[in-house]
Amino acid sequence: MTEQGSIIYLEGVTVDYDGFKALNNLNFIVNHRELRVVIGPNGAGKTTLLDVISGKTKPAAGRVIFGKDTDLIGMREYEITQLGIGRKFQAPSIYGNLTVWENLDLSLSRVSKGVLFTLRGRSTAAERTHINEALATIGLTEQAFLRAGALSHGQKQWLEIGMVMLQDPELLLVDEPVAGMTDEETAQTGRLLQSLAEKHAIVVIEHDMEFVRQIARTVTVLHEGTVICEGSVEKIQADERVREIYLGRQKVAHA
Amino acid sequence: MAESLAPRLNAERNEGPVFWVVGFVLLFVLPVLNVLPAEDSWLHVSDFALNRFGKFLAFAILALGLDLIWGYAGILSLGQGVFFGLGAYCMGMHLMLAIGSEGVYGSALPDFMVWNQVTALPFFWEPFHSFTAAILAGLLVPAGFALLFGFLAFRSRIRGVYFAIITQALALMAWLIFNRNETNLGGTNGLTDFKTILGFRLSEPGTQFALYVITVLCLGGAYLLCRWIITSRAGRVLIAIRDSEQRVLFSGYSPANYKLFVFVISAALAGLAGMLYVPQVGIITPAQMGVLPSLEMVVWVAVGGRATLVGAIVGAVGVNLGRSILTNHFPELWPFFLGGLFVVVVLLFPDGVMGLTRTVSEKIAKRNVRLSKTPAVEEEQA
Repeated sequence: MTEQGSIIYLEGVTVDYDGFKALNNLNFIVNHRELRVVIGPNGAGKTTLLDVISGKTKPAAGRVIFGKDTDLIGMREYEITQLGIGRKFQAPSIYGNLTVWENLDLSLSRVSKGVLFTLRGRSTAAERTHINEALATIGLTEQAFLRAGALSHGQKQWLEIGMVMLQDPELLLVDEPVAGMTDEETAQTGRLLQSLAEKHAIVVIEHDMEFVRQIARTVTVLHEGTVICEGSVEKIQADERVREIYLGRQKVAHA
Repeated sequence: MAESLAPRLNAERNEGPVFWVVGFVLLFVLPVLNVLPAEDSWLHVSDFALNRFGKFLAFAILALGLDLIWGYAGILSLGQGVFFGLGAYCMGMHLMLAIGSEGVYGSALPDFMVWNQVTALPFFWEPFHSFTAAILAGLLVPAGFALLFGFLAFRSRIRGVYFAIITQALALMAWLIFNRNETNLGGTNGLTDFKTILGFRLSEPGTQFALYVITVLCLGGAYLLCRWIITSRAGRVLIAIRDSEQRVLFSGYSPANYKLFVFVISAALAGLAGMLYVPQVGIITPAQMGVLPSLEMVVWVAVGGRATLVGAIVGAVGVNLGRSILTNHFPELWPFFLGGLFVVVVLLFPDGVMGLTRTVSEKIAKRNVRLSKTPAVEEEQA
C-alpha cells in the first residue's frame, strides 16, 4: 500500500484528551473504492478516528493526508467536506424542520457554499434529476415533500446517507449506520453501502458482527487507540488478540 | 400544485395577498381616515394615533431582523436594543445639530453640552451635520458593530445560552456607557427637544404624516428583503443551522458566515428602526437601549410567532398597542402583563399568534384532498 494509491492516509496520529490517548500512534490507510469496516470495543477510538479525518478533532501528533497530497490537519470541517469527505453520524443528523427534498438539496455538492452564492442560487434540471435519483436509491421518493422530522428512525438514517451521497464525496465516513434498525432495514442498508462502494471509498464503523459479515471485505480492529489487526473477516475472527479483547481478558500480549 | 416546502414555511407562501392588503391599509386607508373624516367622527384617525402607529411600525422593522436571527437561525440575541439605540442616536445627533442656536442657551452647541460646560463640539459629532452621513451611520454603525462582535463570537463558536448572555452583557454595557455624561451623548436624559428634520418642523402634523409614510415604506422594504432571504437557499441554511449546526458544517457550509450575515442584517434593521423612531417620538435615552427593552423585543417576536415574518410584525405592533392601551388605564399592571404574556406564550403557544392561526388553518386543510406531489414545482421556489 503506497501513500500515492490511498484515499486517506493516517500516520502516527495521536489524540490526547487530558492524558487519555483516544488514538495512540495510529496508522490507517484506505484505498480508492475500498469498503473498510472498523470494529473495536467501546472506547477503542473508532469515532475519534472519524473525528480526526473530518476535522472535528485536531490530533496532537501525526499526519492526515487526503488523496495524493492534501494535508487535512488544521482545516475546518466545512472545508474538508468541500474537498470530498462526507460524514454520516451515529445518531441521525438531519434537518428536521426542512423537507426531505430540501435536506438533500442543501447537501448537494455545489461550486460554492458561501452566503452570497447561496442567496442567489437556483436549482438546475441536472441537480433535480440527481436529487430524484438519490430519493429513489434511499427509498424516500414518496416522502420527498414531508418534513424530515416526521420520518421514522430508519428513514432518517437513510436520508442522512442520501445527503452524504449527494455531496459526491470521494470518501464516505459512516458511523454505526444500522444502530436501532430492524433486520430488514439493516439488510437494505448493507446493500445500499455495497452499491455505494462501487463509486466511493467508504469507512464504516460497526458493532453488529452480523452486519460486518454481510458487507465487509477488509476489517480493521481498533483497541485502545491503535490498530491491532487488519484483514478479512475470517482472519480477524481467527486472531487470538481480537478474541481476547472481545472476551474481555485484558492480559494482552501486544500491549 | 405540489408542496415543496415544509409546513412551517408553507404558511409564508401565500403571503402575497396579505402583503398588498396590509400595505393598502397602512399606506392608504389609515392616512385617508386621518385626513378626511371630521375630527369627532368615530372613523377619524387622529394625528396622535397615526404617529403612535408609526412608532409601532418602526419597532416592527426591528422585530423582522430579530426574527431572522432568532426565529430562523435559532440564535437568541438579547442585544438588539443596542443596535436600535445606535441607529437612534445617529439620527438624534443629527437632529440635535439641526436645532442650531434655537436651543435654550442660544448656543450652536446642543443644550446639554452647554449645561455640562463642554465648549467645543466633540470630534465624533462633526459628521452628523450632514443628514446623509447620519443616515449612513445609522445603518453602518450598528451593522459594523455587529460584524465585529459577531465575528469574534461566532468564530469562537459561542452559541445558545452563552451567546444570549454575552449579548445581554453588551446591552448592559451600552446602557452604562451612554448614561455617562462624559460620553457626550446627553447622559441619562439622552437627546431630545428636536426642532426640525431637513428644514421641516417636527411639530407640524404634515412632517409627522410624512415620517409615518416613510416608516411604512421602510417596513415594506425590510419585509421584502427578509422574505427574499428566507425563501432563498440561504434561508434554508439558516433553518438548517437551527436544526443541526453540526450537520451544516458537514454539508460543507460555514455556519459562522451565515450567522454573521444574518446578525449584521438584523443589526442594520434595528438601526433603521431606531432612526425612524427618534423623529417620531422626539427623544432617545439610554433607557431605550438597555437590557429591558432588548428583552421586550424578544417578547414581541415570541408573541407574534417565531419563524414567520408576518408574526414578527404582528407581535411588535400587537404588544406595543397592548402596552399603550394598558399603560393608559392601568399603568402599574403593564410589567406583570408583559411577563405573564411571555409565560403564557412560551408554555401554551410556543409558535405564537401565527402558530395558532396555522393550527386552525391546517385543520381545515386536512379535509382537503391530498395534493399531488411532483418535484417539478421545485423550480418555482428553489
